[in-house]
Amino acid sequence: MPNLVEIRDLKIGARTDSGREVQIIKGVSIDVAAGEIVALIGESGSGKTTIALSLMGHVRPGCYFQGGSVTVAGRDMAALRESERAKLRGTDVAYVPQSAAAAFNPAIKLIDQVVEVAKIHNLMPMAEARAKAVELFRALALPDPDTIGERYPHQVSGGQLQRLAAAMALIGGPKLVIFDEPTTALDVTTQIEVLRAFKSVMKAGGMGGVYVSHDLAVVAQIADRIVVLRGGEVQEEGTTAAILDNAQHPYTRDLLAAFHPVTHAAVALPESATPRPPALEVRGIFAGYGPLTAEGLPAKQVLKDVSCKLEKGRNLGVIGESGCGKSTLARVIAGLVAPAKGQILLDGKEMAGDLKKRSKEELRRLQIVFQLADTALNPSTPIGDILGRPLTFYHGMKGAARDARVAELLDMVHLPKNMRHRLPSELSGGQKQRINLARGLAANPEVILCDEITSALDTVVAAAVIELLKELQRELQLSYVFISHDLATVQAICDDVIVMNGGVNVETLPAAQIMESAQHPYTRLLLASVPKLDPGWLDSLADDPAFERAGRSSLLSQV
Amino acid sequence: MAMSFPTPRRLGYRLNLVGMISAAVALTWAVIAVIAPWLTPYGPGEVVDFDYFGPISEQFWLGSDYLGRDMLSRILVGTRYTVGISLAAVLIACFTGVVLGMTAAVIGGWYDTILSRFLDALTSIPSKLFGLVVVAGIGSSIPVLIGVLAVIYTPGAYRFARALSVNINTMEYVTAARARGERTLYLIRHEILPNITGPVLADMGLRFVFIVLLLSGLSFLGLGVQPPNSDWGSLVRENIGALSFGAPAVIMPSIAIATLTISVNLLIDNLPVKIRDRSE
Repeated sequence: MPNLVEIRDLKIGARTDSGREVQIIKGVSIDVAAGEIVALIGESGSGKTTIALSLMGHVRPGCYFQGGSVTVAGRDMAALRESERAKLRGTDVAYVPQSAAAAFNPAIKLIDQVVEVAKIHNLMPMAEARAKAVELFRALALPDPDTIGERYPHQVSGGQLQRLAAAMALIGGPKLVIFDEPTTALDVTTQIEVLRAFKSVMKAGGMGGVYVSHDLAVVAQIADRIVVLRGGEVQEEGTTAAILDNAQHPYTRDLLAAFHPVTHAAVALPESATPRPPALEVRGIFAGYGPLTAEGLPAKQVLKDVSCKLEKGRNLGVIGESGCGKSTLARVIAGLVAPAKGQILLDGKEMAGDLKKRSKEELRRLQIVFQLADTALNPSTPIGDILGRPLTFYHGMKGAARDARVAELLDMVHLPKNMRHRLPSELSGGQKQRINLARGLAANPEVILCDEITSALDTVVAAAVIELLKELQRELQLSYVFISHDLATVQAICDDVIVMNGGVNVETLPAAQIMESAQHPYTRLLLASVPKLDPGWLDSLADDPAFERAGRSSLLSQV
Repeated sequence: MAMSFPTPRRLGYRLNLVGMISAAVALTWAVIAVIAPWLTPYGPGEVVDFDYFGPISEQFWLGSDYLGRDMLSRILVGTRYTVGISLAAVLIACFTGVVLGMTAAVIGGWYDTILSRFLDALTSIPSKLFGLVVVAGIGSSIPVLIGVLAVIYTPGAYRFARALSVNINTMEYVTAARARGERTLYLIRHEILPNITGPVLADMGLRFVFIVLLLSGLSFLGLGVQPPNSDWGSLVRENIGALSFGAPAVIMPSIAIATLTISVNLLIDNLPVKIRDRSE
């Protein structure tokens, strides 16, 4: 019996804005047997999504099929006419997008969007389609399966929306389902529920699947085979167990190694007779958005009585899921959001909550580095000016002195000096993040707030940035506040970790012994939710999913 | 990736055919506005034809007007008024509008609210009516015309610039500059302005077209440029009697207005994507 999917020597080309021809996919061959889930893994730009989209006969604007064939259920998607492809989409091949939030129309009820595929292809009467949708909701373990379809997209959570997107894909009874990073945007605790739901419906339906991801641990849970891609070429291919335990290709080993970062050895507090004030201390911060209520607190409270302390030369990690207030904490410390109550002390001296009331010197000593290097660098300013401005602003440097210092800063972050003539758009993601960091360093700060600075980067690149942070710390006696949702990253650099949930600092722990010393149930839930490279991990979790969900919702209702 | 040296980057600033033709037409008018006195075959005020509303002839390329003056010379000289006044007005309107729009987006709060409501109120007055009343009230002179046209078109430029700036303002590089302690002036000059320049320039071109049309309208109603000087609008008005004779005296200035506005409009529509969508 032929395979469900046979990709043979696929080549996809693209034309860049400047008219240059590039080959994105350079002769890839992949098979997917019926009922098998194959994962495509690789960093951004490796061509994994391009291959997945080609299974639907779709290429992104500017790209085109150069050669090879993409046979799905006996038909070559690359050779079909667009109208014929459209007929197959939804019935033979279905797609689950990365961002379900962007894939749903906010003005239409969920059930009407889910049954749309059946309606377009005239597969079944509407009443039947609705019944099937409800069945799928139940199979995907959505709460209130009978009525959830009556809601609008903004009335369900991100994880639920992702499962609804899967229901939309499955309603046409496809032979092949493409998952394009479906859990990347989700929190770890939500990710578990979604993965579990996907796995059970895929198994029950006997469908073939292609799962695109950059996260080996997630893929290990759901895929039968893994294809490692890089630069549009297959690096290594094998069963999940073979890839995880017996990787041959050096690149695969790099990926695996990035998964086991060296845990940062905590810096001992220096013993001294006179207690030194901490580099940064936050005492009882209340902050939020909206008008102030009668008690002097904002209508929408994001931070509730948060306190933490960063000793000199040490690093403080802040972890928590999206919406827990960790980024707001960074903004409050940086003065971008004025706290309603509480104190911020830099080196033992209190600073004003509002940015405008802080002195230039205070601003200089505390720098913030943002998550998305793409939006954190002004696209119309050359790198030299981006780095030069803080030098002029804080230190009054000009001319040759400034140029020399810019070159020095570029050197510090391991970038070539001639890069200062370039614009941010000409740099890669990792390079941009280094520039972003260098801009913070230009001020000669004592404390740097790192807000999810590695989250948007590929594993290998992120590991290099972390290494750089450590190196800079040794040379420049910096202290970092490192905000992240990723426990492994935090462990790789921090001495202490605070765990946040619902705007409350639930626990402060030493990073090295976080697993052993976690007391609070939320911390334990969070730690248990981080995927492990073991393929059996998802199944080995408490078999009763209701237990965990109850645990989670009761935790969330506490706050 | 190999290290690439900073070479003069290939700039994707190519215009298509329509863009090039319209650019040529608009540029011709601009050049004429500057060198008109050296081009005119006759003095614009000289009565040179014995006939009035004379036809196109070898002597008078575009015929003659109601007093027997040479139409070509009068249109060439009128270019100065039409293009000059419009250009001055559009520059003032866009400068104030864009500066206020950017500051409103950056400062926000009460400043933004009050400024926006005030300028909205201004928008609600019909532009022709506003122009008529002001010009009729304080009399028509070139500075007054420029001022009135600028005031009428400032709110639109403000709205446009503010809408663009609000989007830029949420970018993290602006937040980063703010966290550094930068003042408003630096924020609008270095962080916001370079990223909205393209769309603002395109908007300025459109606004120029509106101003040309409004100025011509005012002149046609007799409230614009006053005799003995005349812009294209007043040329149409002076020679409106020629309509019944089918003389070129009334048609030619109308064609001048049409070519200028249509060419500027088409030029903007066909601007290279790189300029037009620079805020991307």
